[in-house]
Amino acid sequence: MSESTPGAIMRPDGVEGVIADWSSDQRAFKKVPWGKAMMWIFLLSDTFIFGCFLLSYMTVRMSTTVPWPPVSDIFALSLGGEPIPLILIAIMTFVLITSSGTMVLAVNYGYRRDRAKTVLYLIITAIFGATFVGMQAFEWTKLIMDGVRPWGNPFGAAQFGSSFFMITGFHGFHVSVGVLFLILIARKVWKGEFDNETRGFFTSQKGRYEIVETLGLYWHFVDLVWVFIFAFFYLW
Amino acid sequence: MRVGQGVAMGNNHEVHPSGWRRWLYSTNHKDIGTMYIVLSLIAAILGGSMSGIIRLELMFPELQFIQDLQFYNVMVTGHAFLMVFFVVMPAMFGGFGNWFVPLMIGAPDMAFPRMNNISFWLLAAALILLLLSAFVQGGAGTGWTVYPPLSNADYHPGPAVDFGILSLHVAGASSILGAINFIVTILNMRAPGMTIHRMPLFVWSILVTAFLLLLAIPVLAGGLTMLLTDRNFGTTFFEVAGGGDPILWQHLFWFFGHPEVYIIIIPGFGIISQVISTFSKKPVFGYLGMAYAMVFIGVVGFVVWAHHMYTVGLDADSRAYFVGATLIIAVPTGVKIFSWLATMWGGSIEFPAPMMFACGFIFLFVVGGVTGVALANSGMDLAWHDTYFVVAHFHYVMAIAAVLAIFSGYYYWIGKMSGRQYPEKLAKIHFWLFFAGVNILFFPQHFLGMAGMPRRIPDYPDSYAGWNLVSSVGAFVAGIATLLFFFIIWKTFSSGGKVQSNQWGPGATTLEWTVDSPAPFHTHEELPVTNSHMPAE
Repeated sequence: MSESTPGAIMRPDGVEGVIADWSSDQRAFKKVPWGKAMMWIFLLSDTFIFGCFLLSYMTVRMSTTVPWPPVSDIFALSLGGEPIPLILIAIMTFVLITSSGTMVLAVNYGYRRDRAKTVLYLIITAIFGATFVGMQAFEWTKLIMDGVRPWGNPFGAAQFGSSFFMITGFHGFHVSVGVLFLILIARKVWKGEFDNETRGFFTSQKGRYEIVETLGLYWHFVDLVWVFIFAFFYLW
Repeated sequence: MRVGQGVAMGNNHEVHPSGWRRWLYSTNHKDIGTMYIVLSLIAAILGGSMSGIIRLELMFPELQFIQDLQFYNVMVTGHAFLMVFFVVMPAMFGGFGNWFVPLMIGAPDMAFPRMNNISFWLLAAALILLLLSAFVQGGAGTGWTVYPPLSNADYHPGPAVDFGILSLHVAGASSILGAINFIVTILNMRAPGMTIHRMPLFVWSILVTAFLLLLAIPVLAGGLTMLLTDRNFGTTFFEVAGGGDPILWQHLFWFFGHPEVYIIIIPGFGIISQVISTFSKKPVFGYLGMAYAMVFIGVVGFVVWAHHMYTVGLDADSRAYFVGATLIIAVPTGVKIFSWLATMWGGSIEFPAPMMFACGFIFLFVVGGVTGVALANSGMDLAWHDTYFVVAHFHYVMAIAAVLAIFSGYYYWIGKMSGRQYPEKLAKIHFWLFFAGVNILFFPQHFLGMAGMPRRIPDYPDSYAGWNLVSSVGAFVAGIATLLFFFIIWKTFSSGGKVQSNQWGPGATTLEWTVDSPAPFHTHEELPVTNSHMPAE
């Protein structure tokens, strides 16, 4: 469908525009690109899976009669002799939240059509993401070495292991997929495929810089979910 | 009106791939809609046969011919899964939704045609997985609710339940992709002038259904994942012995399960609104009320799930809340029923087959709705829970009502889809046979339930004998009606006469009636422009 629809009506931008459209029975959402709409809708759906997992974790934490393992001790790392509680998780959280910042910069430079800087910040974001996944792998290895399994662990309630592997595994999978797409989009930007409107290999659609923002939506979502996991799993 | 000019301009509207490529690689909303309908017919034969086996066994007291009682459970489970996920949802949401949402809003196709293709083929794969589940190691006899501990590795060892879970995962992915596709299509691809508040009610119903799918399916998927790890990796989310909570599964399942029943029936609301308006030759009474009643039903449908769980030991305050919230749903459904009646009031009513099915729908839905209001009360439900009263209730309100809506939609739109006229007289016989059959089948089940007959049990005391026989006879009448339906399909395609682009006359005011019959492979060269609720008038 063409950009300028005949008979289109001038309207304010953003949420105000949507409200104005809807309440005056005009055409709503006409300014939202399809890919972006799709990502928002998908994230709404994804929220419910993470919500389901987190609520289930809280339920079993309450239902089990065995004491919950001392989380801050388990996730402590000894740096120079003294164990520091949650130090690795703190670094991971810092890395992931920083990566959201670099993602914002990538989106900004994308819309300015500054290819070099867009690629730079996309790659930095990807590196932060990969670092996060790497630290998570380290954390998993440490816990597995300590005897934590999905069906039990030496520290307390069996649900600790099952919830931990399920929730962080599902989140880590999201981050990993995000890293792959960051690299993929960075390559496209680098080759200038959004400037000369090359058709995609799989979709045969012309790409636009808007995809950087769409990817950004996903990245911020994954980041936001981590904040909740951090609060409910590690700090509680 | 500028619709359909493309054909006159002699462009290549009918150029499309032929042979298996046309279907396997299809990105065309009409072809994909047709495939959904065919899949739903195949699953209907399977699921219907299973209900036939159930009714044969229950015809008389004592075991008739089923020796392996697990087999009976597998039939109950398979019937439910097939009918819910592979008959009603594909027919209404995938089939009619794909066919008519783009036509009704004046869009050239769906927003993401390739995603549409994979939605369909995932569903086909899910159907195969579900059938595999029935055939390996005794099958899954868990009921569609898959409650642990019955569904855990102690009581269902072997891969049957795992196949079932994978099937639901894949079917769920298919539904989520489909839902995203519909939402983006409806929000972004409406033709100029087709505002949100001018969309036909069928489009509204698909929009609401898509949001329900989008938010309900992930919760099912999360729960199923935990059930899968409980069964295979030794986790104890739902195991009491390991400190888990089986009620958690019931909460997760019904948080999905209750919106799921609205997913089944809301597209039916849409179809019935179009049909009644068409054959009363009046616009739908209270258009905005009808649209927002569906939205309201959808929203409130998410906060009433525990009325399926009154007997698990929820505290009294929770139950009081769920009773209240559930009863509130009767208000928007009442708005819909009375608006349909008001649409007919003073109209110039005709009664071809689709209209008869629509009236049948209203009758069934009211009966099921009234028993629903009774069942919503926690105190009464303690007595009725897991009896045939519940079986009668949900078959009336959701299952058979949805099937009547599908038949109504089928006869309403088959001319547009195939370009051929269905045999009117046979279709009317089909209606009366089916309508009589399902009422003889399900009405006595109210009495059985009131007398305390439990569901999902293959045998019963002699005192329940009479009404069970009546119920089984009704099942066979409905079965014969369904065979007649397949004969009607064959008759339509073999000797049905050609139909006009608008076969229903002045009452049919939505955009699909402005294009040729059958609708051309590519609908619009130029987008139609609308300025009213009734663009085709």
